[in-house]
Amino acid sequence: MSAEAVLDVDRADLAHPWPAPARRSRLAVSGRAIWVVLKREGIRFAADRLRVVTGLLQPILFLFVLGSGLGTLVKFGPHLNLRTFLYPGAAAMSVLFTALFSAGSVVWDREFGFLREMLVAPVSRTSLVVGKCLGGALVASTQGVLMIAIAGLANVPYDGVLMLTIFGELLLLALAVVSFGMLVAARIQQFQSFMAVTQMLVMPLFFLSGAMYPLSNLPAWMRVLTRIDPLTYAVDPIRRAVFEHLQVPPALRARLVPGISWDGWHVPLGLEIGVVAVMAALFMAIAALEFRKVD
Amino acid sequence: MPAAVSVRGLVKRYGEVEAVRGVEFDVAQGETFGFLGPNGAGKSTTIGMLCTLVRPSAGSATVAGYDVVRDRDDVRRSIGLVFQDPTLDSYLTAEQNLRFHAELYGVPRSAVARRLDQVLELVGLSDRRHDEVRGFSGGMKRRLEIARGLLHAPVVLFLDEPTVGLDPQTRRSIWAYIKSLQQAERTTIFMTTHYMDEAEYCDRIAIIDQGRIVALDTPEALKASIGEDRVEIRTDDDLAAIAALEERFGLKASTHEGLVSFSVANGAEFVPRLFAGLQVPIRSVAVSRPSLDDVFLSYTGRTIREAESAAPNEWMRRMAQRGMRR
Ligand SMILES: Nc1ncnc2c1ncn2[C@@H]1O[C@H](COP(=O)(O)OP(=O)(O)O)[C@@H](O)[C@H]1O
Ligand SMILES: [Mg+2]
Repeated sequence: MSAEAVLDVDRADLAHPWPAPARRSRLAVSGRAIWVVLKREGIRFAADRLRVVTGLLQPILFLFVLGSGLGTLVKFGPHLNLRTFLYPGAAAMSVLFTALFSAGSVVWDREFGFLREMLVAPVSRTSLVVGKCLGGALVASTQGVLMIAIAGLANVPYDGVLMLTIFGELLLLALAVVSFGMLVAARIQQFQSFMAVTQMLVMPLFFLSGAMYPLSNLPAWMRVLTRIDPLTYAVDPIRRAVFEHLQVPPALRARLVPGISWDGWHVPLGLEIGVVAVMAALFMAIAALEFRKVD
Repeated sequence: MPAAVSVRGLVKRYGEVEAVRGVEFDVAQGETFGFLGPNGAGKSTTIGMLCTLVRPSAGSATVAGYDVVRDRDDVRRSIGLVFQDPTLDSYLTAEQNLRFHAELYGVPRSAVARRLDQVLELVGLSDRRHDEVRGFSGGMKRRLEIARGLLHAPVVLFLDEPTVGLDPQTRRSIWAYIKSLQQAERTTIFMTTHYMDEAEYCDRIAIIDQGRIVALDTPEALKASIGEDRVEIRTDDDLAAIAALEERFGLKASTHEGLVSFSVANGAEFVPRLFAGLQVPIRSVAVSRPSLDDVFLSYTGRTIREAESAAPNEWMRRMAQRGMRR
């Protein structure tokens, strides 16, 4: 094979095959890196249909099996069934696991060597981490879109504003979870270890988040723990939004969606969302620092 | 022309272990330069320092004119890398892997499509560009990695044991690709190997053992430096031939499995004189050069195989490294 015929570029003078670009700004370099890392997450996800299915399975089990099974014990009267109450928790769960898995893929990348290709590139580690977090969050929130699509099965109304609100809140949750997963992944060599560590951390967080029960009338120790759990601040806004769009007697609503209070002070919605946003930013910043040390 | 790679007193210590103990060399632009040495000699560590992945303990090095410690990003932009272990995303297609690389290395968007065609053609993978990499053979993956290493038109392409683990035929074809791209792109190539026969593809080689360069020259000069060629002839009358060699040329010959063999300084030039001067009919002649195995032996006092078995084997070393990395 004649290679010369293919390459009509003359590099005798070691000139580049394209005119040397003016020194690009750091921002442009980072932007391009973020975008391509994000895009790869999308390509990988689109090719992996199995993941979409398995990501939906758990929340659907949770919603319909648990919801219908326990529904025989728990009666809210004619206006509401348990599935509707559990829906926000199920949606959060679906996004949670997909987001963790997305973050875990960086450990796969390490095991299969591809991480090296990213780490040696002349781009900042921060841009790689941001790209991975944004990509993972977008992938995880497509799972959220599927959950929104099946909302009707839980008697949650298809209301445009409600759907957008839920999507936005799930996206933010996904970003926080992926970032958290990334900071864990920075120090882990094997995928199994990553899964073991994150399951160990996430299961208690999920059970304490109020995804499965109202935050009112809890024993004191649980009251404290639910307030500490960041996930609580992601589930509550979704439940608030859902109940805004339901016809439920005020007394029942007050019992089921009491909101979060800190020592008697009622936390406003904006602050709840703020807590999740701050978590996302904090985790991402720590993850970026951690990846700077990785070699 | 400034050197593509310039290394002065480079040292790397890992705790007690001195992996690289003060190496010095220059690689000219357009040269194919090889590091030849057994496992554990310090080849990967040296490449790691030149590629800014490993911080030198002492000494200095420049690549494409940039200092490997001070100008890390400039060095990284100027080099292509093919690691000892694969670094492809096997769930992406060949083209997707290359596009990913083009973005990270800032290849101008307008140049990407053409450049992709060029490098894929160069490594003979044009017809597989839309296939997922996990279906590729070991040799194809290697070729794709070489294509990717070249994609951003680096000044120096580093190849760390590019053919390790491949069968001999694939190894040869990989080398054919490397040589053809070297001619086409005039890229400087810095490669390592522990296969003696592969060092022959280099313009110059440094023989490295236990972190030190023990010899550095062209393969020809290295072999010439250790002595004479071996000539084997088949004759109708071996005893007469031996006597005639002794008498006319002053050479000591011996018979061995039906061949008369002897050593002489420059075998190829000696053969015509042999035909003219030896009265005994000659039926065949074979001249063989000393191998790089002989070169390694003469500089280190042991064969490369002995050196390999003295070092802890590759597998054990990797397990140990895994354990050490947190
Ligand atoms: N990260 C590391 N930590 C400790 N020792 C190392 C590390 N990397 C390499 N070494 C040691 O340095 C020496 C040279 O290794 P290396 O450069 O990989 O050799 P080669 O590539 O020639 O086989 C070996 O003794 C190896 O065990
Ligand atoms: Mg090596």
